[in-house]
Amino acid sequence: MSTEKSIWRKAYEWHEERLPIVHWLDHSLGTKYPVPRNLNYWWNFGSLAMFMLAVMIFSGIFLAMNYTPHVTLAFDSVERIMRDVNFGWLIRYMHSNGASFFFIVVYIHILRGMYYGSYKAPREVLWWIGILIYLAMMATGFLGYVLPWGQMSFWGATVITNLFSAIPGVGKAVVTLLWGGFSVDNPTLNRFFALHYLLPFVIIGLIFLHIWALHVPGANNPLGIDAAPADKIPFFPYYVAKDVFGLGVFVVIYFTVVFWFPNILGDPLNYVKANPLQTPPHIVPEWYYLPFYAILRAIPNKLLGVVAMFGSILIMFVLPWLDTSRVRSANFRPVYRVFFWVFLLNAVTLGWCGSQLAEGLPLILSRIGTFWYFFHLLVILPVLGWVETPKPLPASISQPVMKAAE
Amino acid sequence: MKKVLLAAAAVFALATPAALNAAEEVHIPKEEWSFNGLLGTFDRAQVQRGFQVYKEICSACHSLKYVSFRNFETLGYSEGQIKTLAAQYEVEDGPDDAGDMFKRKAKASDPLPHPFANDAAARAANGGALPPDLSLMTKAREGGPDYVYHLLMGYKDAPAGFTVMPGLNYNEVFPGHQIGMAKQISDAVVTYADGAPNDAAHIAKDVTAFLHWAAEPKLEARHSTGLRVLIYALLFAGLAYLLKRRIWKDIPH
Amino acid sequence: MANTAHAHAADAAGETRRDFLLHTTVAMGAVGAGMMVWPLISSMNPAADTLSLSTTEFNISGVAEGQRIIVVWRGKPVFVAHRTPAEIEAARKVDVSELRDPQKDEVRVKKDKDQYLILVGVCTHLGCIPLGIKANDPHGDFGGWFCPCHGSHYDTSGRIRKGPAPLNLEVPEYQFLSDTTVRIG
Repeated sequence: MSTEKSIWRKAYEWHEERLPIVHWLDHSLGTKYPVPRNLNYWWNFGSLAMFMLAVMIFSGIFLAMNYTPHVTLAFDSVERIMRDVNFGWLIRYMHSNGASFFFIVVYIHILRGMYYGSYKAPREVLWWIGILIYLAMMATGFLGYVLPWGQMSFWGATVITNLFSAIPGVGKAVVTLLWGGFSVDNPTLNRFFALHYLLPFVIIGLIFLHIWALHVPGANNPLGIDAAPADKIPFFPYYVAKDVFGLGVFVVIYFTVVFWFPNILGDPLNYVKANPLQTPPHIVPEWYYLPFYAILRAIPNKLLGVVAMFGSILIMFVLPWLDTSRVRSANFRPVYRVFFWVFLLNAVTLGWCGSQLAEGLPLILSRIGTFWYFFHLLVILPVLGWVETPKPLPASISQPVMKAAE
Repeated sequence: MKKVLLAAAAVFALATPAALNAAEEVHIPKEEWSFNGLLGTFDRAQVQRGFQVYKEICSACHSLKYVSFRNFETLGYSEGQIKTLAAQYEVEDGPDDAGDMFKRKAKASDPLPHPFANDAAARAANGGALPPDLSLMTKAREGGPDYVYHLLMGYKDAPAGFTVMPGLNYNEVFPGHQIGMAKQISDAVVTYADGAPNDAAHIAKDVTAFLHWAAEPKLEARHSTGLRVLIYALLFAGLAYLLKRRIWKDIPH
Repeated sequence: MANTAHAHAADAAGETRRDFLLHTTVAMGAVGAGMMVWPLISSMNPAADTLSLSTTEFNISGVAEGQRIIVVWRGKPVFVAHRTPAEIEAARKVDVSELRDPQKDEVRVKKDKDQYLILVGVCTHLGCIPLGIKANDPHGDFGGWFCPCHGSHYDTSGRIRKGPAPLNLEVPEYQFLSDTTVRIG
């Protein structure tokens, strides 16, 4: 009664026995990966981030084929991409706006983790790897912004590399090392290109670790309680279908910007070729760095400003222990929920301050904002864990879900 | 769906700080441009007139180095017209067999020649100020084409109490209000073969449209490709939504 | 995973519609991916500025009889030879039927300008540049060009006579704009 196996089936089994790649995929993102069934659309942004990384890598590889990392040719080669290379304008606009959209997606992904307590036990390592990915992204984005060799590229590179001169004792030597000279110049551009090409592949490696670390405890969920096996559904087809829909909506927004507002997120001055003898009156980094730039400028001491800026990200490594509450989801933490939105509002305000000249109201606001940023993480979070009375947690995911379905 | 919209709103909320600094100092009114909008295109006649303005006025000082004669094909010039146009210019080439540089008539593949031999010569001829290359001007200034138009139209008498430094000119929209370039566009400084109006406002508009074509030559392809991609993406998102709903039909969530 | 069984039951009811949906969505996704790949691949083709440089003009009057020079066209060397009557005769008396790539000398030059031989100077074997421009270069067994990479011999018409190359040296598209000016491409 046994039906003869087809040759393809046999070949597949032969291969699978030696390298079980389909088995592995099925367990990673397929039918054998159980996921809580109550994830909302905020959980889409992980897969969207992966999509954006793919867009960036593919568009970047083809841009690199036409780009020349040399101070006299870089700007011209980018213009050649925009004017002469077939579809060069499309690939470049997808890449330059892609950076912004990658950050938008990742910021939402991070904030979702903060709202629903996804960094708490047992997901601390998952959170750490996420921070490493974010740091690698920031470095990659910064290096990439230098490559077109516009005015903002050059002066951004000068200002950011000079941050390292704040390191006591060796600061100057470190900056000279980064530059490969005595100012941002051709050697700098060359190495920035090499590193900009390298880091995305480091990010890919980190994403493997991130997903591995995700699979050990499994995904968190909007209720923040541990999901019973009965409350889990396989990633394929359920979450694949949901992610694909999310992707569809996302690309509509992304392409609207790429095709109709391709320069809205960029600085016009980057269409002026770098001039090492003339600093623009108002240097701003790309929007995704603005809150940190505001923190840097809020502190009137060079070293302390740099320490605060890097500290504002590095402090996230200990977030799982700063937050002393054992309840994960903000849905059950009425007080924390308020502070979460204040924290977000504060970050957006800092971002606005970062885009303004560091004087008057923006400077005052950025000082308040910087204080609040650290006060939230270092004082409010630990204290809140002790004093806040969380709402009663449901016994299982099915309990509230069933109620809502009725 | 509501949550997705919320997500979209969050995206734009996060994105606004960068856009906010656009609105400081001088307010630049928005103009009507044929190249704006969902399927905006360049008005061929207008851009050709604008090229005439560039040629007769701007090109005395400003280069347009990223534009080549061959690019005029997209403006509706025939191959012959482009050759004739290019042949009106001389470019340096060489070295020849004797090792000397020589002048020859420009070819379609040549970029528009610079008005000055180099930046130092340009500065020397312009009282120390370097007339910037105009290839990317409408993208390189906050406000874009609107800014360029209002800059050309922005030469006014300085308000009482405002001292204009010698050699500089008062301009309403230029940052700091003191600009090296003197007023160039006034009524009837050019005469159009097609009889189009040649008051200052129209001339400024025409040349700005030309400069925007020079800065963003792929704009039309961008709009038409974009519309097709967007329609596709919307259809795809719709189908994906139906499929998702179907697959999730029996999962309470 | 109790829900999988549940979902399977649902499948049966809406199978047709879901299959249609599934197939259309997957097909559209595949088309979309394809549409994204096309610009990327297309960007590797010659760009507009490269294409616009695809012609070269030069003055041929400076090439003396017996002399051979190199002109650059599309980044490749083009051999321009002003042949002696002896070289032309050598090229014409060959029995065409015995050639690997049979071609008469007459079709490889322009009428009334048969002293000028213009060739793409790239060996048809694997792309090296054959020797034979300078008088003291090796000219191969047939007085034309000799490719040092793998030993292909070309005659005074640029035809392959010996060695691994499969084809004659390519004659580019060119025209005499005047008696002295030649445009290649």
